[in-house]
Amino acid sequence: MSDPYQDTKGAEPKKQITTRQVPASERMGAGSFIMTIAPWVVASAILMFLPVVFTNNSALTIMNQMSITIIFALAYNMLLGQGGMLSFGHAVYAGVGGFACMHIMNMSDFFASFPLPLLPIFGGLFGMGLAMIVGAFSTRSAGTVFAMISLGVGELIAACSVIIVAFFGGEEGVSGNRTYAQPFFGVEFLQQIEVYYLTAAWVIISAVLMYLWSRTPVGRMANAVRDNPERAEFLGYSARWVRFYSFVASGFFAGVSGALFAINYEILTEENLNTTSSGIILLVTFLGGVGFFFGPIIGAVAFTLLQTVLSLQTELWAFYAGVLFVATVMFFPGGLAGLIMMHVPAFKLGKARLLIVPYLKTFVPGLIGVFGLAALVEMTFHVRHSAQGDNDITVYWTTFDTHSALPWILFGAMALIGLGLVRATAGSLREAWNSANTAGGAA
Amino acid sequence: MDLILVNLIDGLVTGLLLFMLSAGLTLIFSMMGVLNFAHASFYMLGAYFAYQISLALGFWMGLLIAPLIVGVLGAGVERYGLRRVHQYGHVPELIFTFGLALLIEELVQFIWGKNQMPYDVPDILNFTAFAISGNSIPAYKIFMIFISVGIFIGLLLILTRTRVGMIIQAALSYPRTVEALGHNVPLIFMGVFGVGTALAGVAGVIAGPVLGTFPGMAFVLGSIVFVTIVIGGLGSLWGALVASLLIGWITTFAKSYNVEMETILNTIGLSTPENLDENIFRDFWALTSPQIADIIPYILMVLILIFRPQGLFGKRDS
Repeated sequence: MSDPYQDTKGAEPKKQITTRQVPASERMGAGSFIMTIAPWVVASAILMFLPVVFTNNSALTIMNQMSITIIFALAYNMLLGQGGMLSFGHAVYAGVGGFACMHIMNMSDFFASFPLPLLPIFGGLFGMGLAMIVGAFSTRSAGTVFAMISLGVGELIAACSVIIVAFFGGEEGVSGNRTYAQPFFGVEFLQQIEVYYLTAAWVIISAVLMYLWSRTPVGRMANAVRDNPERAEFLGYSARWVRFYSFVASGFFAGVSGALFAINYEILTEENLNTTSSGIILLVTFLGGVGFFFGPIIGAVAFTLLQTVLSLQTELWAFYAGVLFVATVMFFPGGLAGLIMMHVPAFKLGKARLLIVPYLKTFVPGLIGVFGLAALVEMTFHVRHSAQGDNDITVYWTTFDTHSALPWILFGAMALIGLGLVRATAGSLREAWNSANTAGGAA
Repeated sequence: MDLILVNLIDGLVTGLLLFMLSAGLTLIFSMMGVLNFAHASFYMLGAYFAYQISLALGFWMGLLIAPLIVGVLGAGVERYGLRRVHQYGHVPELIFTFGLALLIEELVQFIWGKNQMPYDVPDILNFTAFAISGNSIPAYKIFMIFISVGIFIGLLLILTRTRVGMIIQAALSYPRTVEALGHNVPLIFMGVFGVGTALAGVAGVIAGPVLGTFPGMAFVLGSIVFVTIVIGGLGSLWGALVASLLIGWITTFAKSYNVEMETILNTIGLSTPENLDENIFRDFWALTSPQIADIIPYILMVLILIFRPQGLFGKRDS
């Protein structure tokens, strides 16, 4: 069947770049069912097949941790990215949801007739309940006042964990046993892999729901309120209520992530509530990129890998994470997602492949330089803090003596040459970047 | 009566220390409109630098040099970090200082390790100044009071009585006008940020020996400083002073008098439930004031933000 509009527009309208104003909706592929559904199908497929590739239990634990962080970070981004509300105490909603689920797990009579996969709903409801209470007074403004109230409430509830022992379990926290639940179609969740699929299912469900939420009028208005609350008020929307709804929804999904944490680890402590956890989720979300829906997902994956894999390699992983975070804020405020999206125009112009060679020329030496620097940092740390007489260090699978000059010279040269090459090639990279993002010319 | 006097002095010391931190933070906030989350980290750096210097040159040189180094570092952070991030808006600025706080803590652990440093009160001040019915007041506390009060008066005089202070105050409210009059406003901002962090450094130098010099010291004070300036009213120096003293005294008194929640609830007419052990509110009934001493400021802050968002002395709304 031929398209009736084809002829009036001229031949092959899609392939040439015109000055015609393409509506944003058309550019994004809105209305196309496949474009909407494809990422979710791909994501589900990946989640289905990941355990086939990574079979051992520690990998499963990392992936569970990743999924939990993804939900939490998406919930956090609902506040920070979409609503413009900077919260310094969001861990309490996840934590309270998790603690409540722990208590449900410990109510043996009730729990014995309860299917475990539904537990996150309860976690979400408890997180939502707390968010409703706090949101009632904290969402009046989004600025510094909101940030400060979130900090104060966060500290308060974290401090309560030591005082109100009946609910928070004091120092040792609350533990439970997920296997006491009613078997769900015969699955008793004894094995890690079963928990993995439970968590994976909840990631997809929560992510889809949060995505759909961002498309609802409330979700859209949250953006408007973030950018210009006064104008949103003139349009007849109450900025405060829009913030309140975002806050409550975010509390719900934070509670879901807390419940999944409870299911996965079967123990919750003060650590799940305190300001450090709240800070980490801010870090994760910002690292991934707050301006994009999928940013926090990338951030959660990257950060969990950084945390689990790098912390096995070096004691200094938190230091590297800090450097990475500060560098992100300073140079790429769009986060990793922003970096990826920067390349969309080049792809649309069909010139992305022009960037490959300049990228290799700059980033390979850059990577070598960074590895050299990291080795120097590791060696310095070793010299300062290792036991007396313990001079050997293993960096990059080679063992050598930190008190001899050769490795210092070697790694120093590596860093200098690598970073020097970056400086030397930066100019040509910038040129390549500009030409790749400009229409016309030789492709 | 004597115990009240001792607590008054203790609370004054805590409060004035808090004030020294919040004074710098208040200056920085009213200048850039951004809460510097790394402020307590500069306080920690002050303590560590002073410790390192005191090993070689003694306590007094530490008191002199460490704040200078911290101030220069702070100015550098403003020049090469904050000013760059400023173009992206206020939230990234706040996040930047937050990241900086994490990074400084990691750096301190990297250089000095995780243990507490043996940074002690100098010998010349290591004696009992006087005693109030058996409670001895060390001379170092008196010294702390004098330093803090001196800094407050000095700051107030500079800001309100000198030409430099006039330009700074004008630059806070009307940066463009001040720039048009031929003053280098970015330089003023950098200077004020440096002075603010240097003040935090001073607080670190003199608090390090009594509160302990360890990598978590910034974290301990980090959020309470915010609480202070929020309660006092963002940007108000007097507010910061009143709030610091208020917090200092409240926490000191709550810690030294063991008031039980049960007593309070009984006084206001609620009777203790019969079998308390099975009641779900049992922990609430068993609360004592030393237990909640450290969270009273947070309760106070949340209440103030709900009922008077601009704080006790604040003029502007957030």
